[in-house]
Amino acid sequence: MASTEIARQAGEGARAVPLAGHVGFDSMPDQLVNKSVNHGFCFNILCVGETGLGKSTLMDTLFNTKFEGEPTQHNQPGVQLKSNTYELQESNVRLKLTVVNTVGFGDQINKEDSYKSIVEFIDAQFEAYLQEELKIKRTLHSYHDTRIHACLYFIAPTGHSLKSLDLVTMKKLDSKVNIIPIIAKSDAISKSELTKFKIKITSELVSNGVQIYQFPTDDETVAEINSTMNGHLPFAVVGSTEEVKIGNKMVKARQYPWGTVQVENENHCDFVKLREMLIRVNMEDLREQTHTSHYELYRRCKLEEMGFKDTDPDCKPFSLQETYEAKRNEFMGELQKKEEEMRQMFVQRVKEKEGELKEAEKELHEKFDRLKKLHQDEKKKLEDKRKSLDDELNMFKQKKTAAELLLNQAQQAGGSTTLKRDKERKNFF
Amino acid sequence: MSHAERLEGSSEADRNSSMMGSGGETQQKNLEGYVGFANLPNQVYRKSVKRGFEFTLMVVGESGLGKSTLINSLFLTDLYSPEYPGPSHRIKKTVKVEQSKVLVKEGGVQLLLTIVDTPGFGDAVDNSDCWQPVIDHIDNKFEDYLNSESRVNRRLMPDNRVHCCLYFIAPSGHGLKPLDIEFMKRLHEKVNIIPLIAKADTMTPEEGQQFKKQIMREIQEHKIRIYEFPETDDEEEIKLVKKIKERLPLAVVGSNTIIEVNGKRVRGRQYPWGVAEVENGEHCDFTILRNMLIRTHMQDLKDVTNNVHYENYRSRKLAAVTYNGVDNNRNKGQLTKNQTDDGMSPLAQMEEERREHVSKMKKMEMEMEQVFEMKVKEKIQKLKDSEAELQRRHEQMKRNLEAQHRELEEKRRQHEDEKAQWEAQQRQLEQQKLEASRTLEKNKKKKIF
Repeated sequence: MASTEIARQAGEGARAVPLAGHVGFDSMPDQLVNKSVNHGFCFNILCVGETGLGKSTLMDTLFNTKFEGEPTQHNQPGVQLKSNTYELQESNVRLKLTVVNTVGFGDQINKEDSYKSIVEFIDAQFEAYLQEELKIKRTLHSYHDTRIHACLYFIAPTGHSLKSLDLVTMKKLDSKVNIIPIIAKSDAISKSELTKFKIKITSELVSNGVQIYQFPTDDETVAEINSTMNGHLPFAVVGSTEEVKIGNKMVKARQYPWGTVQVENENHCDFVKLREMLIRVNMEDLREQTHTSHYELYRRCKLEEMGFKDTDPDCKPFSLQETYEAKRNEFMGELQKKEEEMRQMFVQRVKEKEGELKEAEKELHEKFDRLKKLHQDEKKKLEDKRKSLDDELNMFKQKKTAAELLLNQAQQAGGSTTLKRDKERKNFF
Repeated sequence: MSHAERLEGSSEADRNSSMMGSGGETQQKNLEGYVGFANLPNQVYRKSVKRGFEFTLMVVGESGLGKSTLINSLFLTDLYSPEYPGPSHRIKKTVKVEQSKVLVKEGGVQLLLTIVDTPGFGDAVDNSDCWQPVIDHIDNKFEDYLNSESRVNRRLMPDNRVHCCLYFIAPSGHGLKPLDIEFMKRLHEKVNIIPLIAKADTMTPEEGQQFKKQIMREIQEHKIRIYEFPETDDEEEIKLVKKIKERLPLAVVGSNTIIEVNGKRVRGRQYPWGVAEVENGEHCDFTILRNMLIRTHMQDLKDVTNNVHYENYRSRKLAAVTYNGVDNNRNKGQLTKNQTDDGMSPLAQMEEERREHVSKMKKMEMEMEQVFEMKVKEKIQKLKDSEAELQRRHEQMKRNLEAQHRELEEKRRQHEDEKAQWEAQQRQLEQQKLEASRTLEKNKKKKIF
């Protein structure tokens, strides 16, 4: 019996021992399945295609139910993604199905950026999962996984080749999601044209290096059917929710004046093949591929972007703790450096300003010194003037005193003369 | 108690699933025909068989309690044989932890079984810390898994974590020994513990019942959380689980020998007074253990290890790394008080811290700016004031000097006036004198005549 992955991993470390009876661990797959069924499944489909290619109708047909939504208009300014989640149940299996539609895809005049919102949306789901996975307290077990598991790319039934918008978009998406290209509204193409169309599409995809999803052929139970189906890609589908009576059964079909296209008739279109492959056989594989390959790629790129490495320069593996510590130290160092820089800047400014102010102060002092000197001079002049005035006053005083003295003397003499005269007069008499 | 509740500190918000994009709420839809996803379980089945299974079982107990024999009986194989001796036959000085890996196949299903032994456990005279090597082993496996989960390039990660620990209790008939209690208390948060009563064929059914009740009482008393069965809505399962719970802890007997009893070949132990059959439900609980451990709850044991024990280890480990940075050792394994945002990944935390730091820096910058402006303004104001002051004084002095000048001028003028007056007076006096002397002269001349 083919060895399992686990066995291959164990390699030399384990020895195989025979069992002497029925132990009972062959119930493990059943235990696992029971748990999954109890937990419920979840699946997310993204439908990319121009407006009017029948995306919503096909979803309704695939899942045999009427999903929400009115047909969208053609006048959308950009590509938007609308998602709706539904709870479906078939026998005992519960499925949480999310259908994401691209609204307005292909309607703009300039379609260069059309793929961007799609890529952003897919990345956002990966990011949300990554964030949850990196949390300290996380609940991955009950996390509602919103990552896109399958992307149905609707190709317009021109019959010629892929449009450049299709090639560009698919090229951008092929490393992020499982792409399953389908030819929409294929009842517009005749059988011979269809074969040519399919060949053309496949060769264009190959020559442009677009990796579409291949149904897995490693599990022998489904290898055969998967590899056959791989040859029928891209599936040419027709969707319809209306029923027409054929024979004595009501079947889903589209009625034309020239005949009725039966959706579930394998001669008319590949709808049944699509349903088989997408839902019945490979749903779990699509989920697994998304998780182990597309998500891991996203995660790896994101972590490398953030500077995480698996080995240090000596090629010894880092432990998680070391990685986080290193990151943290780096981070703290950065913060500190920033703080230092800011401080330094301020110190610089303070110094500069201080210099300026000192200059101003110096000038002011000089000015006052000058004024002071002026004062001194003025004062001196005043002093001189005062002195000269005083001298004059003194001189005058002296003169005056001298004059008065003289006067007094004269008066005395004069007085005595007068006295003498008077005396003489008296003597006369 | 549900598994979700056992997660340390998990909140209601964490347990609710997150919603996607612009979808809003989920709607229930009825299928109007065949779709085919009912086949999903088969797809899962197929893939799991292809991948294969792995399980790690740890057995702990004093030597001589029949651990190796029980393992051989459980897996119907000579895991421990003369070439690969069991723990009792190996020389041990201190408690060691040893692994044996075997690959077994049954019904198309491959199982990689790892048995972890603890030879030397509880055999020394002083058994303090004899559980430490066990704890270290379990933590090491968790750490390995954490590291491989955290690598940038991840491959399929081998799950070597210990999924279940069978703890062997000696059939003393009295109760748990202190060592039993210590061990279980320290390990119940790290691994699923299934306590077993070893060598149950040494007790009568009544003694067994008493013993079991006593043990369960003590377990509850010491708040030890042994492995709990998952909640289920299935009627059958509920009945099954109830039956198991009634017989806890399971009393087991193991045997490597096959004996013929009533024409049937059974595993058992031959005594002079009869044969104790291993797989006889009335003799011991071996069948219940085997069915529970292998046939029904093996997957659940793995899930609880992954979703509860491992997550607890991981969150403790990561909290210690990110919150304490340098001080890892101080708070190792303990959640710090200021762990308010425990819903974040360490990287998101760093982002948050970065943002906080940026706003802190902005604030600091603003403050510094303000202080700077204020100081500059002050200084300039001071300069202005001193300039004004000195200007004022200069003006004052100028005015003072001018006043003095004027005073002086006034004085001079006065003096000049005075002088002029006095000189005028003098001149008058002179004139008078002259006149007087002239008159006198005249008189004199007259007199002479």
